[in-house]
Amino acid sequence: MATQTVDGPKRGSFLSDQRTRAILFQGLAFFLVVVFFVYIGTNTARNLEALGISTGFDFLNAPAGYDVAMSLIPYTATDTHGRVFFVGLLNTLSVAATGIFAATILGVILGVLRLSKNWLVSKLVYCYVEVVRNIPLLLQILFWYAVLITLPHPKKSIIFLNDSIFLNKRGLYMPEPLTGDGFGLILIALLVALIIVPIMSRMAKKRQEATGQIFPVFLTSVGLIIGLPLLAAIVTGFPVTFEYPELKGFNFKGGMVLRPEFVALWFALTVYTAAFIAEIVRAGIQAVSHGQSEAAFSLGLKPSWTTRMIILPQALRVIVPPLTSQYLNLTKNSSLAIAIGYPDLVATFGGTSLNQTGQAIEVIMITMLVYLSISLLISMMMNYYNKRIALVER
Amino acid sequence: MSDMTQGNAPGQHYPPGQHPDMPPPPGTVGFVGWLRNNLFSSIPNSILTILAIYLLYAAIPPILGWAFFNADFEGASRTDCTAAGACWALIDVRGKQFLYGFYPDEELWRVYVAGFILLLAILPVLFDKIPFRKLLFANTILLPVTGFFLLSGTSGSPEAILPTVETPQWGGLLLTMVIGVTGIVASLPIGIALALGRRSNMPVVRTMCVTFIEFVRGVPLITILFMSSVMVPLFLPEGVNFDKLLRCLIGVSLFSAAYMAEVIRGGLQAIPKGQYEAAAAMGLSFWKMMYFIILPQALRIVIPGIVNTFIGLFKDTSLVLIIGLFDLLGIAKTVVTDANWIGLIHESYAFVAVIYWIFCFGMSRYSIWLEAKLHTGHKR
Amino acid sequence: MKLGKFLFAAAAVTALSTGASAGTLDDIKAKGFVQCGVTTGLAGFAAPNDQGQWAGFDVDFCRAMAAAIFGDAAKVKYTPTTSKERFTALQSGEIDVLARNTTWTFSRDVNLGFEFVGVNYYDGQGFMVRKSLGVTSAKELDGASVCIQTGTTTELNLADYFRSNGMSYESVVIETSAEGRGVYEEERCDVYTTDASGLAAQRSTMADPSEHILLPEIISKEPLGPLVRHGDNQWGDIARWTLNAMIVAEELGVTAGNAADMASTSKNPEVLRLLGAEGDMGAQLGLSADWAKNIVMQVGNYGESYERNLGTTTPLALERGLNALWTDGGILYAPPMR
Repeated sequence: MATQTVDGPKRGSFLSDQRTRAILFQGLAFFLVVVFFVYIGTNTARNLEALGISTGFDFLNAPAGYDVAMSLIPYTATDTHGRVFFVGLLNTLSVAATGIFAATILGVILGVLRLSKNWLVSKLVYCYVEVVRNIPLLLQILFWYAVLITLPHPKKSIIFLNDSIFLNKRGLYMPEPLTGDGFGLILIALLVALIIVPIMSRMAKKRQEATGQIFPVFLTSVGLIIGLPLLAAIVTGFPVTFEYPELKGFNFKGGMVLRPEFVALWFALTVYTAAFIAEIVRAGIQAVSHGQSEAAFSLGLKPSWTTRMIILPQALRVIVPPLTSQYLNLTKNSSLAIAIGYPDLVATFGGTSLNQTGQAIEVIMITMLVYLSISLLISMMMNYYNKRIALVER
Repeated sequence: MSDMTQGNAPGQHYPPGQHPDMPPPPGTVGFVGWLRNNLFSSIPNSILTILAIYLLYAAIPPILGWAFFNADFEGASRTDCTAAGACWALIDVRGKQFLYGFYPDEELWRVYVAGFILLLAILPVLFDKIPFRKLLFANTILLPVTGFFLLSGTSGSPEAILPTVETPQWGGLLLTMVIGVTGIVASLPIGIALALGRRSNMPVVRTMCVTFIEFVRGVPLITILFMSSVMVPLFLPEGVNFDKLLRCLIGVSLFSAAYMAEVIRGGLQAIPKGQYEAAAAMGLSFWKMMYFIILPQALRIVIPGIVNTFIGLFKDTSLVLIIGLFDLLGIAKTVVTDANWIGLIHESYAFVAVIYWIFCFGMSRYSIWLEAKLHTGHKR
Repeated sequence: MKLGKFLFAAAAVTALSTGASAGTLDDIKAKGFVQCGVTTGLAGFAAPNDQGQWAGFDVDFCRAMAAAIFGDAAKVKYTPTTSKERFTALQSGEIDVLARNTTWTFSRDVNLGFEFVGVNYYDGQGFMVRKSLGVTSAKELDGASVCIQTGTTTELNLADYFRSNGMSYESVVIETSAEGRGVYEEERCDVYTTDASGLAAQRSTMADPSEHILLPEIISKEPLGPLVRHGDNQWGDIARWTLNAMIVAEELGVTAGNAADMASTSKNPEVLRLLGAEGDMGAQLGLSADWAKNIVMQVGNYGESYERNLGTTTPLALERGLNALWTDGGILYAPPMR
């Protein structure tokens, strides 16, 4: 082996220079990748031509021709595949967002309960975590859906709040608020409250740092956010009317509805991800050294303050990075909606539209890119948050 | 002091410091004490306990009743099940399909042998203090080849010792294991390569590895499976096609390789810089340094991570039913389409859930045990 | 590297199934079996039985092809396909023939580059509802929840039908027929819509079939048939005439039981041509003279296959209906064998 000597004037062969080798190696790798893609590209083009499959993105403007059960934006069967894409995307985002929200709360509660001194509760949470973590999510989604559709028939709905909320196997029907004149004022009031709150909390913090006096930020914020819009509502005379669901023919008409497909998917994602989050939270809390809480107690801090001011900020540093990947997993797992017919991106655009148009490459590529963008977005937000709470080393 | 103590026999005096230990107050020891300490230590705690007990009471008896006391265990079709509970006759009759899919009966011995080889192959990976470890390791390395030929066969003619068994005939737990084991075995070398590439100081290589890893980790497995089942046939020149299972295996392997790469990268990062520098100072080439110094240490640290990746992969194999492969869950869905068994979906799912749970729980226990073994720090 | 070895070995074995271009028949004869694409499980049409063997009406067509080519109905291998991937599987040559209750439509025949070889089951999309709803016509279904299988033409038909009648509905999308049945029986939806054969099959397996009725409206034509790739006419002919031979055999009264006798005793020249006692039809197809005799003896004629898998003696209990011979009031009509 021609070894490279640092001081020797005579170098080995041209190939033994590390930098040359690196450039050569990278060039080769790059070349191979390009060849691979060109090969696939030409094959695909030839196959598509031979099979008479059309290419390009014109199909996005073609009418879809099928109905989607749940849509956040107006949609009918005469709309285009492009619109189906947005319908599916919004459905994916809504189940992912609500799932992340609920799984975080449930996971944190379970994680804390897991460390509870109550033997029974701690063991129950342990059983929950171990059962839920070790059964495929797909199976759990199918299970919860099967459970939800054993609720009563619409004609025998479970009724809440004096004929305004109905629960049955077709969904949870709720009154839908319809806005009248002057509703804009309430929105403006809410907006004002939302602007004031962060400014106030920053000022309160400054004041505390300067004078040591504590300002009740939390209570004031809640008061502002509820109070200002309420005040506006009183001034304008409550310009909101409710449209109540009514049983007409086969189903309830009017109002808002949560479909069992959505609830089953959301619930399964929540329950499954919460089990992982519970473990992350437990590990995070346990990772904070006992000395920290002992020191806090010896300073005379209340247990609740110890948790809030000492333990949690330190635990969060351990918790946030794995939490991020759980959020990503939940979002990606929402694609299992296809198993129970919740119309998410993969089931509508990546499923039925793909089938109707036959343009597998375009459809799957778009779907993948969308998930990739969502993932990167969540990563970025969580990284930003992580940076904010990270330990500042001096 | 001592004569002030309650319960002291009157008139008895002890010199200071000589008083015998008093029994602890009743209610702090024994069963009652345990209850008080652990279940009813405070009011919220008691409420939690009562809630938990109610939960158990509401859930367990109906489940047991359905699964055991009111269940039918034998029969030839759905109509033979008369009891109110589960109809386990389905599992009785179709059990073989749940385990092996449609693998021909006369060739089943091959599945058993493959299972045994797999078991032997796992042993040296799991435990480092067993006899003949080197020999077993050789078996582990050869596993993909032996396993493939054993299950798939060597020749199309039925007279051969190992006649071909087409992959559509594989199914059930066998297929789940094939996908899971192939995924993990194939993803290990790819994952190592990707992890090294990501830490490389060659910008082109690093960019390619990072792009691949982040792309794959950013998309759901289901889209990769769709790609392998619908798109890959279009990528190949006319007249060439891969077996559907093979396409799916490649997809699953690449998918888990990206996750594996991140696990291994964690291990590589945990190796102190001194190790690299020392190895370089010894004049070892890059590959020798990796092979002899860095990887043995890094991989050892990340075994729990690898096991966890495997658990995830094992559960994710259930998604292949969406592209029409009959894995465990796929079989569970298919057997109830038979007119004789139609509608027994709950029994089918429950059975499959238990199998998955046993495997995954076992693996996670192992991972925890290993973590405890590797963890030599101070814990409280 | 381990993976490399593995892939190489795997590719070597799977390379057997290459060469999809011309001469499909020669390739199949060389490899020794027919690779047939079927569903992943639809009661009566194709589903694995208790022994793990594929059985059903579509499966019988595959077996008939194997009997015609090899004289052995068992020389067939099945590839279960989902509705999404069935077409790519056929296009890429992964399967030789697709017998997967696929509706014959213009775009599939012309645009996707396939050749439908005939119709083995005439179907149409219908509706099933509970009797207790008191519905007698599909026109009364305004506002109903409708269970529908995804990835099929039924989804489009349904949207068209409700739109053209000015009605609204809530669709409940399901993946497989087994799920659909469960969801419908739990009353998640009021109406179950799919091909009428599927509805009848589902209805027969309900706890109490008399509680459910099929509405009179059939909103679409669904001619289901086997298909092959464009471009190999000999292979297309074999598939087409395998199907026709089964129908002709029923017309002529040739059954699995009497085929051997009739080949020698029959006076009917068409029977003799069919069974290979006269003429050289087999040779013209590139097959042996007794190709159709093998089909009938090993698989049975169309009627026998129907009775065995779908007919009134099975749990599905489907009447022949449109699928009866044209002489019996149906529309099953095979071109003559001459």
